[in-house]
Amino acid sequence: MSAAEPPRNASRIPVEGREARASEDTGDSALHAIGWALARDIRVALRSKGELGVQLLFYVIVVSLFPLATSPSRDVLAMLGPGVLWTAALLASLLSLSRLFASDFHDGTLEQIALSPRPLAALVSGKMVAHWLTTGLPVVVMAPLLGGQYALDASVLATLTLSLLLGTPILSLLGAVGAALTLGARGGGSLLALLVLPLYVPVLIFGAGAVDAVRSGLSAAPHLSLLGAGLLIALVAVPFAVAAAVRIALD
Amino acid sequence: MAANDVLEARRLAARRGFATLFVDVDFSLHDGEALVVTGPNGSGKTTLLRIVAGLTAPAAGEVRWRGEATRPFDPRLRGVVAFNGHWSALKDELTAEENLDAWTSLTDQRVTRDAIVSALDDVALSRQRRLPVRVLSQGQRRRIALARLALAKRALWILDEPLTALDDQAVDVLADLLDAHLSRGGVCVAASHQPMPIAATRAKTLALC
Repeated sequence: MSAAEPPRNASRIPVEGREARASEDTGDSALHAIGWALARDIRVALRSKGELGVQLLFYVIVVSLFPLATSPSRDVLAMLGPGVLWTAALLASLLSLSRLFASDFHDGTLEQIALSPRPLAALVSGKMVAHWLTTGLPVVVMAPLLGGQYALDASVLATLTLSLLLGTPILSLLGAVGAALTLGARGGGSLLALLVLPLYVPVLIFGAGAVDAVRSGLSAAPHLSLLGAGLLIALVAVPFAVAAAVRIALD
Repeated sequence: MAANDVLEARRLAARRGFATLFVDVDFSLHDGEALVVTGPNGSGKTTLLRIVAGLTAPAAGEVRWRGEATRPFDPRLRGVVAFNGHWSALKDELTAEENLDAWTSLTDQRVTRDAIVSALDDVALSRQRRLPVRVLSQGQRRRIALARLALAKRALWILDEPLTALDDQAVDVLADLLDAHLSRGGVCVAASHQPMPIAATRAKTLALC
């Protein structure tokens, strides 16, 4: 179609949607869909930086409250530190979840992507990756800086960061299931917290456990391996669960 | 059924909660025909449209596209349907142009930047194309949705209250788009309280009560 030509004169419509159908279920189509949703969500997130800043600031403040509320003793802080950083990461992730699908649900975007010829599981995967990049990754990057408040030494900080790097994507993925399931529900926000926080517990245990192991001179490898395995399982299973939940929400 | 029925509904029924909205709704459309669904508020027009689009499962009956029964989110239907519902599916943070670019790049067809600009020009939004959708009025958002409809080139248009918030000029644009779509052999199902700008020879009506 040339530029001068108005779209209504455009020649042919794919009457049976044959082209669109042909690409369904191919890996190429899935990759394109992931990239599309990722690019779109990142772009939207970067246009509303304020919201991202609020989440990160929330994380920083929660982490900073504990040394003020407990004790300035290095031993106590070093003991509390990993647990506090992990719990704060959990809460920061929870805070941002309501945004993951809700705005797309309310402005009709979810309807449109569910009706597009691209696989829905791939489209929601792109959204989840975007969610992690904009909310999980900043938490990981901030962790070594905030860890300084808790008198954690370098090897502990490194393990903490690594465990967050493996764990926060799981938080985004599990949270996405909850966010999709509570779409359209009244009081969705508090329901979401009740639904998702128990699911976060294993991630918290292995994440904070890895750091604790290093502090007591043991290897963090078992904990980190379990986190990695959990991440792989979630990566495979969650997109399909979320796609199913989105379809239920639209019905 | 006649051989050239493109879209056909057989004994459709819909239920919302415990309330039955409608039962035994039948219609069939040939290439180039439109169905205008009328009825009072709450009579199930939107639900019927969502069933035809494949967003909602009917309580009974089936929708057939080119002779084949479809189920909700049917891959065969997803490639052909363009659904313009109550919500415009535009991101407030993005500009009109970026929104259209995003939607057209999701599907397989290649739409050039020039085509997007010209589609926005057709709905008289060329001056606003670089503005974030947040600052546009309801009517202007509906116009962007019309431009998307024009660019998408789908065979089955489903329009829920397409005349809402449109001024006379935009209604003319919609009339032109519909005329071109039906002339190309596309079909359309629209719900409307106002008379739709479709030639009477091409339009069938269905009254829900």
